[in-house]
Amino acid sequence: MTRVDGPDFSGDALHAALAKTWSDAPGFWGWLATVDHKRVGRRYIVTAFVFLGLGGVLALLMRLQLARPESGLISADRYNQIFSMHGTTMMFLFAVPVMEAFAVYLIPLMMGTRQIAFPRLNAFSYWIYLFGGVFLWIAFLLNIGPEAGWFAYVPLAGPEYSPGKRTDVWAQLITFTEVAALAGAVELITTILKQRAPGMSLNRMPLFAWSILVTSFMIVFAMPAVMLASSFLISDRLVGTQFYNPTEGGDALLWQHLFWFFGHPEVYIIFIPAVGFVSQITETFSQRQVFGYPLMVMAVVSIGLLAFGLWVHHMFATGLPRIGYSFYTAASMMIALPGGVQIFCWTATIWSGRPRWETPLWWVVAFIVTFVIGGLSGVMVASVPLDLQLHDSYFVVAHFHYVLIGGAVFPLLGAVTYWFPKFSGRLMAEPLGRWNVLFSFLTFHLTFFPMHLTGLLGMPRRVYTYPHGLGWDSLNLVSSIGAFLFAASVLLFFGNMVWSLSRGRAAGANPWNAASLEWKMPSPPPCYNFDHIPVVESRTPLWDDDRPVIPGLQTDKRELLVTTAIDAHSDLRDASAPPNAWPFFAAIATTIAFLGSIFTPWAVIWGALLMAVPLIFWFWPHDPLEPKPEQGDE
Amino acid sequence: MSPIQSALHPAGAHAAATATLFQIFLGVTGFFFLLVLLFLGWAILRRDRGTASDKRLRLTVAAWAMLITVGLFGLTLASYATDRSLFFAGHDQKPLRLKVTAQQWWWEVRYNGATPAQTITTANEIHLPLGRPAQIELEADDVIHSLWIPNLVGKEDLIPGRTTDLQLLPRQVGRFRAQCAEFCGLQHAHMALDVVVDTPEQFAAWEARSLQPAPAPRSEAQKRGHAIVTGMHCSGCHAITGTDAFGTVGPDLTRVASRATLAAGELPNARAWLTRWIADPQAIKPGNRMPRIPLTPAQRSDVVAYLETLK
Amino acid sequence: MSETRFVGDASTLPDYGFGARSTTWWGVTGFIAIEGAAFALAFAAYFFLMAQEKQWPASAPPPDLLWGSATVALLLLSEVPNIWLKRAAERMDLRAVRRGLVVMSLIVLPAFVTRGLEYDHLNIGWDRNAYGSITWALLLMHTVHLVTDWVDTLVLTALMHTKHGEKDRRFVDTSENALYWHFIVGSWLLVYVLIYWIPRLSQ
Repeated sequence: MTRVDGPDFSGDALHAALAKTWSDAPGFWGWLATVDHKRVGRRYIVTAFVFLGLGGVLALLMRLQLARPESGLISADRYNQIFSMHGTTMMFLFAVPVMEAFAVYLIPLMMGTRQIAFPRLNAFSYWIYLFGGVFLWIAFLLNIGPEAGWFAYVPLAGPEYSPGKRTDVWAQLITFTEVAALAGAVELITTILKQRAPGMSLNRMPLFAWSILVTSFMIVFAMPAVMLASSFLISDRLVGTQFYNPTEGGDALLWQHLFWFFGHPEVYIIFIPAVGFVSQITETFSQRQVFGYPLMVMAVVSIGLLAFGLWVHHMFATGLPRIGYSFYTAASMMIALPGGVQIFCWTATIWSGRPRWETPLWWVVAFIVTFVIGGLSGVMVASVPLDLQLHDSYFVVAHFHYVLIGGAVFPLLGAVTYWFPKFSGRLMAEPLGRWNVLFSFLTFHLTFFPMHLTGLLGMPRRVYTYPHGLGWDSLNLVSSIGAFLFAASVLLFFGNMVWSLSRGRAAGANPWNAASLEWKMPSPPPCYNFDHIPVVESRTPLWDDDRPVIPGLQTDKRELLVTTAIDAHSDLRDASAPPNAWPFFAAIATTIAFLGSIFTPWAVIWGALLMAVPLIFWFWPHDPLEPKPEQGDE
Repeated sequence: MSPIQSALHPAGAHAAATATLFQIFLGVTGFFFLLVLLFLGWAILRRDRGTASDKRLRLTVAAWAMLITVGLFGLTLASYATDRSLFFAGHDQKPLRLKVTAQQWWWEVRYNGATPAQTITTANEIHLPLGRPAQIELEADDVIHSLWIPNLVGKEDLIPGRTTDLQLLPRQVGRFRAQCAEFCGLQHAHMALDVVVDTPEQFAAWEARSLQPAPAPRSEAQKRGHAIVTGMHCSGCHAITGTDAFGTVGPDLTRVASRATLAAGELPNARAWLTRWIADPQAIKPGNRMPRIPLTPAQRSDVVAYLETLK
Repeated sequence: MSETRFVGDASTLPDYGFGARSTTWWGVTGFIAIEGAAFALAFAAYFFLMAQEKQWPASAPPPDLLWGSATVALLLLSEVPNIWLKRAAERMDLRAVRRGLVVMSLIVLPAFVTRGLEYDHLNIGWDRNAYGSITWALLLMHTVHLVTDWVDTLVLTALMHTKHGEKDRRFVDTSENALYWHFIVGSWLLVYVLIYWIPRLSQ
């Protein structure tokens, strides 16, 4: 007999029934087979932070080497691997995954649904990401880590100038992370467009959901470019194609076009989710709706579109026609307009609200100050004549660390502080958190501000050492000291997290009096997220006096409510896949295929056969109650 | 002494215009940054939290967007105007043409004359006459490099399979340092070159001197060194005009002693360094294409004695 | 906390829906968008390489028309049962769906033969020059899609012949599988023009 939730089935009895349906089996098998978006999301976040730590260690090694001129601490070969690994780790294994990870955890809660769309694909995406990252780092420790930079320009990354397996390792890592990111994007788009709580029309969606929606669409259209580029690269290297070989009709700039067609949107794929964090935090701690909601949505959407028209500004020094450059200058500068409007709207929200100065809001302040500097130096590099001086110098290193750390990591640390009580049920320690913001802010600027000057004084990027007497020595030393202090501040943050996990103050469901749905259920959320599916009547549902719910989902099997894409009218009941270990085995098979193809092109053939087995088991229904197979890897 | 590798100390028309443009950008962006800080500070410190309506904010955001648009438009225009003016800088004079070919990890510099005898080939050092525009044709033999002479002009990439060019107009006599700005492999950090801006007279003299064949060795040590260099050991890779050394793998050595540095800017060109370089180039610049040549210390000193005559 | 107010009733909603109503459609469309983007970028790469060359096709005659055109004909032909199958699925006619899927599983087989012959008639090796590489890459990309969807169809055919096939939402899967086949056929028409006609038109 099936029972549905409703007025006569609620409270503890409902909890027991839903917990039975939605929980994982205990023990290792349950751990392996889980498809719970919260467990997968938590894993994703923790793994991404581990990679942040590893990438940070590499940064410190570089700063150690560059602390003084002509240092012999690290050999050229090692240094080149280190900076290649630093960029690759931070971009592909930390920044993009951590943003998707937060979305995987938060979006279903924020949308008012019990599970992410395509949960098994989600589990698969995590395993692929994990295996890819582990594979890259093992390769690095075995001295076959990437050596041609995170951008792998050909011909340097081609068969002739990067013999051995190092660049193949890099190219396959790209395949791993892109598969994971693309799968995540499809899940998130579907969750956001089809699983919103009834009544949450698009214009009532939290701004974080808008950010993730735009980001996911950007991933869908940008990431195929780098997959294509790296597939061409690896086939040039392994089977002798000539895509990038100028002597046989290939072209080195084809790589740059494809890479930056992905690479520039990539920056916004990292930044736009951070914009979402900032909006949620600002709303909660100003205790008012973000000022200019329609403007904020328009800004995010227009940044998402403009981001695809900027890639050539990474190629101003390649001698392309001058006239084309002017277009890219104008387009690159134009992106400052939506950026500037957003900054205004957040500040105006604080200005006109009743701000509570908790730590997350201080992270927002640190973000605004730092990110605006990064944005303005971005306006400088958008100018062709200026870029020709600044490009590939330490000025650019300063610029993008302001944008990526100031623009994405500061909001991320704010987001961790903000949602930590939801994840763990406990608040992070204060006033340590506030001191942490100040300490990180100051040491960040100590590290990266001098680099503007170092670059203007002529120091190029990606050099493993530099001569004495060019005016760079003390600036570099200051940056190195700053880097270690900044690393200490990040360590302090991690320490606070670990300490608070067991000792933090108990949080309750909604410790900050926030307005969005993820704060409705207890912290940490039960495995089924919502006992009854909420019905939304405004942009700030938890600030409404009336909080209706819709009854009628089955409780003895995993069922979700599907709503219409624009207006979020209740439309269907849809089954959600139960736990299953086949995504894990499919990820193993995929990993074997990807690794094998570094050594023999035949791995593509037998690897595909190997992958087919777990995929068929994955999609095949196991029992009559089993829901539909998912469309996964077609 | 003014920095010799700095975009902030321009000594050429292009770098000077760019530095001015940078000041303009700094001023305008600084103004916007100040506005953001003021508003943010006010938002933080504001005491009277009334029930202000959003209407005033809506007007302000419209004004703010207008202001940003005007600012960006101005900057785009300034940038474009600078770019145009640089494109035509010195177009009224006949430019000096030369060609730089980059390879891992050094620069070949060639001033093409009407005949091979009027062609100057050197390495890791560019001489330019003051006040005369120069047009440098850029090519790369292996991977992508980028030529950046910050005191004179912004960078331009050297891309295998393509030809690019760089125009500049020196405005100040002096010795500057340029460096490869595109990551080009193991010794990317050690790929610099000297750029010497001479007075027109000095340049003419340098040109005349450079067109001479290499002087013949005089002392016994120099003669022994000459024999080793033009014998199999060095001539396979290096060229010295007027001798039997025709190699093209490594830098031309005809005027090596006149250059200020060795190994693409890595070492000062002094006897001790030259000796060490010849003794073990791989220890100094691992991965470069010069192998370790088995020479006795005496032979090495003869080679150095000869090379030092090549001025 | 006030008494929970219940509005509406989800239990009366259907548990399947076709097209954009279903999450499956969004998943399939998402992957079509990704692969469409990959194709579009590969086309861009093709034209980029073409613009760098003085002569196109470079150092080879254009691919022979016959087998590629035969693949076009076969794939277009396969759209007849495919459209029929999609409609049958949306009517939820199990017998027709079962038959349609068997037809779709088999009708691809001759296209595999012509596809195999296409590789033999490209008139250029993948390692000869960049033109050869991009030509092979396009054909290979499409072949991978062709094979993948064929395997999908086989699995679905087997599934629909078991008792699982009786469930309503399996018809949604069948319908979306037919949608994906549209993508396979449509993308081939574009790839076909690039591989076979651009070299002829630009000679």
